[in-house]
Amino acid sequence: MTNRMTKGWFALFTIPLLLIFVTVVIIPFLMGIYYSFFDWDGIGANPMVFVGLDNYLQLFSDTRFMDSAWITVKFTILALITVNILGVTFALLVTSALKTVNAARAMLFMPNLIGGLILGYIWQFIFTDAFKIIGEATGFESVFFNWLLNPDYSLYALVFVFTWQMAGYMMIIYIAGIQGISNDVIEASMIDGASYWQRLRKIILPLLMPSFTICLFLTLSFAFKIYDVNLSLTGGGPVNSTELFALHIYNEIFGYGNYGFGQAKAVIFFVIVAAVTLTQVYITKKREVEM
Amino acid sequence: MKKSSKLIRELLLLLGALVFLSPVYIMVVNSFKNRQELYENVIALPSEFSLQYYLDAMDKMNFMTALGNSLFITITSVIFIVILSSMTAWMLARTDNVLSKIIFMTFIATMLIPFQTLMMPLIQFMDTLSGVLPVEMLNTRGGLIYMHVGFNAGMAVFLYHGFVRSTVPISLEEAATIDGCTKFGLFWRIVFPMLKPITVTVIILNVIQIWNDFLLPSLTLTDTSLRTIPLSTFYFFGEFTIQWNLAMAGLTLTVIPVVIFYIFAQKHIIKGIGEGAVK
Repeated sequence: MTNRMTKGWFALFTIPLLLIFVTVVIIPFLMGIYYSFFDWDGIGANPMVFVGLDNYLQLFSDTRFMDSAWITVKFTILALITVNILGVTFALLVTSALKTVNAARAMLFMPNLIGGLILGYIWQFIFTDAFKIIGEATGFESVFFNWLLNPDYSLYALVFVFTWQMAGYMMIIYIAGIQGISNDVIEASMIDGASYWQRLRKIILPLLMPSFTICLFLTLSFAFKIYDVNLSLTGGGPVNSTELFALHIYNEIFGYGNYGFGQAKAVIFFVIVAAVTLTQVYITKKREVEM
Repeated sequence: MKKSSKLIRELLLLLGALVFLSPVYIMVVNSFKNRQELYENVIALPSEFSLQYYLDAMDKMNFMTALGNSLFITITSVIFIVILSSMTAWMLARTDNVLSKIIFMTFIATMLIPFQTLMMPLIQFMDTLSGVLPVEMLNTRGGLIYMHVGFNAGMAVFLYHGFVRSTVPISLEEAATIDGCTKFGLFWRIVFPMLKPITVTVIILNVIQIWNDFLLPSLTLTDTSLRTIPLSTFYFFGEFTIQWNLAMAGLTLTVIPVVIFYIFAQKHIIKGIGEGAVK
């Protein structure tokens, strides 16, 4: 085959997708960096004023932004703990020798398929009315009250719903990890008379370390980027107490009309997400080499 | 282990899973209750199963239109993603030069960019394109499909590329080339059928992602008649939070297609999620 023909086939196979990809991802990404150096309200007729790095310097004195950053970190840490504890517990339960494990597995994964927006609405009803009614009926009003009206509890409500959504997903990854543990090791420990707890602590959990790394970083990245559930469950309220990063950026750009300033926040958001993901890749690769 | 204790553990596991799904139960039972019944006991079964709130919700959400839009947009986007990404990925995997490597690395690197970083400039650029080209990119189904394809291409190319490298034997392709097969024929008749397992994974991951996507359609679609299910849920819920029974009927409606999909493709979904995550 001639060289020209090879090039022709290469172009025919790759150019359609490349064209779409460049116009949807690459150009907007570069434009985004460009916009972040300007002061602009998004109205085409109004002038864009070049401000250099001002938008980036201004970020640190923006208390709403710093607050949002802090609650996002707080949310992410809480979610990391709850999602993974629940995920690994589910995985241990559904890899036992019981007959109902397949049904249980399917049910525990179910919430993950329902979109975040709809999940948030279902739970909004549960927290606002179902909780109130249950509290009045049972007398446990210290637990069953409307969490969404209290600034502290509404963040916990968000962690709660996010955990409900993600635990089944992480369970799937932990199951793969548990099934990958060699039976010989387990049998040897049983012959040596190890109890279930000893086996769990000394053998299963240490051998699950690679799965933990994957799940921790996946949860980290999902939690950090949360938007849909945030919007439908709390809408950022009460009084901005649950306005996490992604929602904050949306509000800054489209709500307040600060296109340049908001875009600078969006670029910083990208830098943080990229740093976290690259660290994950680095650690996973390093661990694979060691093992 | 004694038989009875095993039975108890079986039942406990199922019971635990049911408790975990109780929010879905609360949603469904309250979609049948009238206002007074709902406030008397949110957990109890309804006294009668009237479909009145469902009919109301379907009407107010324009449910059938939204379902049609969601189905059309999801299916068309996924077909384009599968065709274009598999072709691109195979060509990149089988071409050993610098350009091909750069293109592949760019696809992977851009998977790191969160949507919020792109959304504002994307809308600006699509607006500019609509002014220059004779096609309307914003507020059309076609434009939205175009953007879905662009955003999900990176992941699909990545999955296909890895699969081609690890499982498709190159000797088979060489034999077909000697027999006079063109690249096009070679790909569609020989390579693509062999990509089936990873195609299933790509389809599952993209169906879930595109079906549930809210932010992108909310930025591009403004016509009421174009709304997808998440969009119509958003506007419907904003209006009817006071009428919880109606709201719950609407939410139940939106969950039904997901449950049907889950029942038919459960095995593939769980496998696909696992593969998509680990890579």
